[in-house]
Amino acid sequence: MKSAPFDYARPESLAEACAMLAADEDARAIAGGQSLIPMMAMRLARPTKLVDIYRLPELHGIGSDEDSVTIGAATRQVEAEHSPTVHGLLPLLAKALPWVGHPPTRNRGTVGGSLANADPAAEIPLVAVALGAKIDVTNLNGVTTYDADDFFIGPMLTALAPGDCLSAVRFPRWRRACVGSAFHEVSARRSDFAFVAAAAQVALDPEGRIAGAALGIGGLGDRPVHVDTTALGGERPQQLLIGEVVRAGTHEIEAMSDLQASASYRQRVAVGLGTRALLDACVDAVGRDAEARRRGLA
Amino acid sequence: MKVALNINGETRTADLEPRKTLLDALREDFGLVGTRAGCEHGVCGACSVLIDGAPARACLLFAVQADGYVITTIEGVAPAPGELNVVQDAFCETHGLQCGYCTPGMILTAHALLARNPHPTRHDIVQAISGNLCRCTGYGQIVEAIERAAERLRVVNAQEAAGHANEEERG
Ligand code: FES
Ligand code: FES
Repeated sequence: MKSAPFDYARPESLAEACAMLAADEDARAIAGGQSLIPMMAMRLARPTKLVDIYRLPELHGIGSDEDSVTIGAATRQVEAEHSPTVHGLLPLLAKALPWVGHPPTRNRGTVGGSLANADPAAEIPLVAVALGAKIDVTNLNGVTTYDADDFFIGPMLTALAPGDCLSAVRFPRWRRACVGSAFHEVSARRSDFAFVAAAAQVALDPEGRIAGAALGIGGLGDRPVHVDTTALGGERPQQLLIGEVVRAGTHEIEAMSDLQASASYRQRVAVGLGTRALLDACVDAVGRDAEARRRGLA
Repeated sequence: MKVALNINGETRTADLEPRKTLLDALREDFGLVGTRAGCEHGVCGACSVLIDGAPARACLLFAVQADGYVITTIEGVAPAPGELNVVQDAFCETHGLQCGYCTPGMILTAHALLARNPHPTRHDIVQAISGNLCRCTGYGQIVEAIERAAERLRVVNAQEAAGHANEEERG
């Protein structure tokens, strides 16, 4: 369990990091290293050079504007997990983060690292796809922005090319009155890889009908998938209907099968968890709305 | 590559290959073998150390990345040579260890939890040690040890606080 030899460099700026990555196509960016180092230890990855971007100030921090919450790629998962901005404006991500790895790996692991690693069962990519986040990739030529859905290509495979450095992710904010979210996951034990995970966010109109819904399913296919929920628009939250829509939206996904969970098991769990996540997001929306009113009156 | 690391309050230097993990550097170059090498790929938690007070896996960090942090290993938690700290004591008392392989990692993880949260619930404790595997104890006594250590620390802290209050009154 020892990595093959490599060179190590710690650039002072993102521009310098991009230059180093561009100069050697077998160089890899390293941030928290919580996925890359195990791959190197098992010799599944053999970069010639590690370009350490973990301490680059440009890649750190959590900010927000009217439309989105932006998280720098090298922001640690533990920081996002405890960030008031994330809790206040991006509760779905706040609910997903405690499921990412273990507390010690979240202490080093970064938000961008999880996106770049693109494990099909990973929680942060799932939330990014569910909400339609934008992913900024920087290289010598400038910044390219990808839709999360286009960024993830397959298992551990993304749109990143040699010389690219994932620099930030921007999650859209839903600026409606009554929004709720829910995150559910099934794994062998908490903090192990998910067999299936579901991330949902719902907005209700003043009559309690669904005004908007987003659902992502992870662990089912070879990358996180966005489930089409447009059929729920204008409907009342109703288990039977939601179940139908989730089933219709997931049954064509080619499910993975491995020693721990078969494809048909994953399919069934995806429908169950997806339905539960959407229903719980509706309940959450109603609860938050009531809370907001109470505060408004008080 | 030359590295200078802050380990248990001392600056330690060595000339290391970049591929050497902090775990191997601690054990082979700095003689701190209390940090255990288990799976060496991030699964077991035997190699846990504290980085700026928070638990991290020493096998998932190259030593060349570790400068500038305050690193604490199991050798750094006892008050004096031959003595045990409160958490270590509690592990002995409740039989929170058998073979001892997981123990340094467990103790450091518990140590960090109690520094942050003096009133952990059982759930908090289980969550905190969820990344540390133990093949012997079945975890029951480990949880018990951490509960007991928490209790003791609360008593000690309360006494210290009372002591300070008294001094202030007198002074
Ligand atoms: S040796 Fe580091 S986690 Fe197992
Ligand atoms: S005491 Fe043996 S592994 Fe925990």
